[in-house]
Amino acid sequence: MTSEKPTRGGSRPGAGRKPGSGRYGEPTQTLRLPVSSVPAVKDFLAAYQARHRPGRVPPAIGVFVPAQNPVRMKLPLFGARVPAGFPSPADDYMEATLDLNEYLVQDRHTTYFVKVKGHSMTGAGIFDGDMLVVDRALEPLPGKIIVAVVDGELTVKRLAFENGRTILQAQNPHFKDIVLKDTQELQCWGVVTSAIRKLV
Amino acid sequence: MAPVALVDCNNFYASCERAFNPKLEGKPIVVLSNNDGCVVARSNEVKALGIPMGEPWFKVEKEAKRHGIVAYSSNYALYGDMSARVMGLLGRFSPRQEIYSIDECFLGLEGFGTRDLTAYCQTIRQQVRQGTGIPVSVGIAATKTLAKLANHVAKKRPGYDGVCDFGRLTSGELNTLLDEIGVSEVWGVGRRIARRLEGMDIATVQQLRSADCRWIRQQFSVALERTVSELNGIACIEIEEEAPNRQQIISSRSFGEPVETLQALSEAVCNYTTRAAEKLRSQGSVAGSIGVHILTNPFKPQDTQYQRSQMVPLPTPTDDTRQLAQAALRGLRHIFKPGFRYKKAGIMLLGLEPKAHRPRTLFDDPAADSRSARLMQVMDAINIRMGQDTLKIAANGIERSWKMRRGMQSPRFTTDWDEIPRIGAK
Repeated sequence: MTSEKPTRGGSRPGAGRKPGSGRYGEPTQTLRLPVSSVPAVKDFLAAYQARHRPGRVPPAIGVFVPAQNPVRMKLPLFGARVPAGFPSPADDYMEATLDLNEYLVQDRHTTYFVKVKGHSMTGAGIFDGDMLVVDRALEPLPGKIIVAVVDGELTVKRLAFENGRTILQAQNPHFKDIVLKDTQELQCWGVVTSAIRKLV
Repeated sequence: MAPVALVDCNNFYASCERAFNPKLEGKPIVVLSNNDGCVVARSNEVKALGIPMGEPWFKVEKEAKRHGIVAYSSNYALYGDMSARVMGLLGRFSPRQEIYSIDECFLGLEGFGTRDLTAYCQTIRQQVRQGTGIPVSVGIAATKTLAKLANHVAKKRPGYDGVCDFGRLTSGELNTLLDEIGVSEVWGVGRRIARRLEGMDIATVQQLRSADCRWIRQQFSVALERTVSELNGIACIEIEEEAPNRQQIISSRSFGEPVETLQALSEAVCNYTTRAAEKLRSQGSVAGSIGVHILTNPFKPQDTQYQRSQMVPLPTPTDDTRQLAQAALRGLRHIFKPGFRYKKAGIMLLGLEPKAHRPRTLFDDPAADSRSARLMQVMDAINIRMGQDTLKIAANGIERSWKMRRGMQSPRFTTDWDEIPRIGAK
């Protein structure tokens, strides 16, 4: 008689359990299994469920979770990211970037950078315009290149002791050494730990 | 009782200038405030000449020249970096450190048993001096207030060689010593309280120490009562290892030249807002409102005077430079009047609260919030790496005709590649 859709009974959209609200936290589907494999599949599912339960506390070892407050670490830019396909074998060997500060600066609180003006240290590989890394906390030992205070000026020289005298040696035959008088105390500003020269 | 040390840098700003300029050793030095206005730091030689702290530079300039005083504009890039170095080194000497100001910090010295604290603190002095060139003095005592006084003694009396431990004195010796120091030297006793105390015949630290606590509380305050307890060796003020977040952030400065246009004022206000917003983000807070103020030069009575301030509440608390600057500029347009020569402008962030706890409103747009947070992060990261104002909002302006006068500033020896010290190889 009438072909109108019944207004009662039947399925109602949005009724019932929401998909994904079950024990696996995602939609499920029925599947035919050979009876002999049912226990194995059940075991697998139980393990799967245990691993994916939200809010699960990870076991003490073997599983890693991200730190709450991770330390920032720079990673090299070549870290391969292949959206599909074979992952880069180099990924397994990735390490933190090399940091020149780490290499050149032993103590950042006592290390200063200064610029060289003059040619008296060319024999020691220190040229006009080079940048020196100077650590003020290091002890001025003989043979070390130091920044000394001479007549109120900062001067770079090699430190030497000869016959009870303190000598600030130039490393260039065209320049004179400075021999401290007996009454003069060595005023060392810092010890040079490296010289840096940009070539480009 | 666990001893506390107060380590204080001697004439910090002047010592920073000397650290890179050995010629200044033994010479009188002053450091001037922004725009070379007043004397804000003096070397011992200048103190001996009797030039007072805070004196306007134009008043003493002639006399200073006659004495051969070397004057520097303040170089906060240098002082800030040197402070970080000194504090970093000091932090190695105790697990408990409270950085109290740019040039002083408290160190907890508990657990040293019978070790000689004076010798330990001499090592501190020597290592800081060698590593940074900055001379420091150390006061050791049972409480922070006493440690401050011990520091005062260490600095003023050469016999102590820069380290004074009240714990080594007999109570008789300590009484005598404290009877020679005026109450105004006590931490927490301001000028007004000192004058009132003196009027009540409490002129020396020893006299204040012997005063009745209850009477002090009735006459003055609980704060001063606590100070008296501290002077008697009862620790009431803890070492605070983490600085409490600021409740308000102010960024305000005088202009090098008077400013008359809304355009120039807007640029200045934007710049101050940028600085304040950076501080706000670095402490992880958001601001609920922003205040703007502008004023003419009150020291020029011949100019017509004008001064206004305006609070601008923000629709939702934020740490976004753009929103803060927009609000500040709205406030500025509201109070700006043409025809005046403005000397100073500033902004103030108020209603600060931790970003994580900020109230949400119905109109929050989480997507826009996270975009804003990312943008600010990137901006801060770039400016930290490439230098202040590498990336900025356009309203900050490019010319900056209003910028501060810093005629006699030393190079930024430790924070700018172009200004690192030049060392002779002659």
